[in-house]
Amino acid sequence: MVRFILTRVASAIPTLLIVSITIFVLMRMIPGDPATLMLGDLAQPGQVEALRRQMGLDQPIVVQYLIWLGNVVTGDFGQSIATHQAVLPLILDRFSVSAIIVLLAVLLASLIAVPAGMFAAWRQDRAGDIAVIAASTLFLSIPSFWLGLMLLMVFGLWLGWLPIVGYVPFSKDFTSALIYIIMPVVTLVLVESGSIARMARASTIEVARLDYITHARAKGLSEPAVMWRHAFKNAFAPTWTLIGLILGSLLANIAVIETVFTIPGLGRLMVDGIYARDYPVVQGCMLFVAFIYVVVNLVVDLVYPLLDPRVTA
Amino acid sequence: MIARALGLPRFRFNGALGATIVTLLLLIAVFGPWFAPYDPLKLGLQFRLQGPSTAHLLGADEFGRDVLSRLIYGARTSVWIAFSTTLFAVVLGVVVGILAGFIRGWTDRLLMMVNDALLAFPGLLLALGFMAVFGASRNGIIVALGLAYMPIVVRVVRGTVMSLREREFVEASRVMGNSEIVTMARHILPNCVAPVTVLATTMFGWIILSESALSFLGLGVPPPAPSWGNMLSTARPYISQAPHLIILPGLCISITLLGVNMLGDAIRDWLDPKMQG
Repeated sequence: MVRFILTRVASAIPTLLIVSITIFVLMRMIPGDPATLMLGDLAQPGQVEALRRQMGLDQPIVVQYLIWLGNVVTGDFGQSIATHQAVLPLILDRFSVSAIIVLLAVLLASLIAVPAGMFAAWRQDRAGDIAVIAASTLFLSIPSFWLGLMLLMVFGLWLGWLPIVGYVPFSKDFTSALIYIIMPVVTLVLVESGSIARMARASTIEVARLDYITHARAKGLSEPAVMWRHAFKNAFAPTWTLIGLILGSLLANIAVIETVFTIPGLGRLMVDGIYARDYPVVQGCMLFVAFIYVVVNLVVDLVYPLLDPRVTA
Repeated sequence: MIARALGLPRFRFNGALGATIVTLLLLIAVFGPWFAPYDPLKLGLQFRLQGPSTAHLLGADEFGRDVLSRLIYGARTSVWIAFSTTLFAVVLGVVVGILAGFIRGWTDRLLMMVNDALLAFPGLLLALGFMAVFGASRNGIIVALGLAYMPIVVRVVRGTVMSLREREFVEASRVMGNSEIVTMARHILPNCVAPVTVLATTMFGWIILSESALSFLGLGVPPPAPSWGNMLSTARPYISQAPHLIILPGLCISITLLGVNMLGDAIRDWLDPKMQG
């Protein structure tokens, strides 16, 4: 077990290094010299030259990467061109906003969709199954940003039950913070439930065909006992991986939801950075989200043997 | 339930409905300009934000442009981008995947290292990064989304190649004196068609969704050219005055995705009967 954990953690390090190289190369592909971009069009050639030297841009590209990597590892993600703020604290601040919404949404979606998918598998080809498949295919086909806009229109504008735009931090006022994130969270829950339910259904069907389930039934166990005690663990393992992938990718995809509901989250920070050609911010956001994505997948893999002990073998 | 009433297996009913929606979409995309009632860019300020009427069947937008015509041209944009992007990702992915799986050794290791690096990013994040480099434009989206989705194709193709390359018929082709390229083209490539077709259909849907998301964020198709995503984005400020500007483009995206997903499921069930359930 300890060996499994160590190997898995160690294998994440090269991935992270390659990810950092990709982002570094990508940002260098952006037309224009970083120092000129940083100082703006009105800068004197002397100033640009000085900044280039200070940023290490006169060094060979490999040295530039190593300098940058060294800074990143010590938590120095550079400064925003637009606001001159340090990038990492800015990212962490916005991340706390997005993380709450994403975590809550994925948790609720899993609690709804996993039982729904298992129920559908249990009632395969009957009315209950068809209803779950139909609903999940439908929600899989609705873009989250449109669903968000529709909820906003119905519950915000027409019925007036919920506030339309804005965000209140949890540290300020817990109740209103909760009210403000209801619609974004519900939107993501609906959209993500579709794929989770389909996955849970497919893997439960696969497990239900196995001999040990027939054996459990033959012993005279009740259907709920068969499903919960015997089918659940094995059927949940593949779904667990999907939930991890969704959790990680939502940090990037949430940009559209933050746009719909005007929430100052991490996705919005990156998109605004792209508009403003604020490359240190874009680079920092990419690095941060990719890092979280790799870490989340790592944690998912580490928990996997608890669900399916065959994996460590 | 409808499927059972018609005496069809469910996947065939889904396939038929999906195929109908996708065919309609393609027809609209190709022949749209012939039956679009107006020029999608023609301004008509007197009709500004008007709801559906006889002059404008689906109403007019914030510049008085005809919504129906813009939706039709938007379909053209979405289909064109999704088609080019899928083609780009598939062609590049198949070439890289076959090379990596067949040649192996250092070529494989190097190609897979780059590929895994790209796979280590969530799809939209990578696309956003590429958009920062290329800037918002049609070709920018095609290259950005194509590069973001290509690694998945590489993985699938390489896996197929790896499972084939030691099989007898491939060995036979080599023994017969065929060159590696001929062996790859004549014996390996045809076997990749089924898994790649399934993947390409699914990807077509993802790309339509990603393109509309990028356009919604203002990083996709630049206005005034209509795309369903940028129509939603520009209509946001008028959500209370002109709800039809929000409802209609989203409905178009959803129906399209529903069709593509249903067709994709049916093709997968057909080519891979194991997955049927």
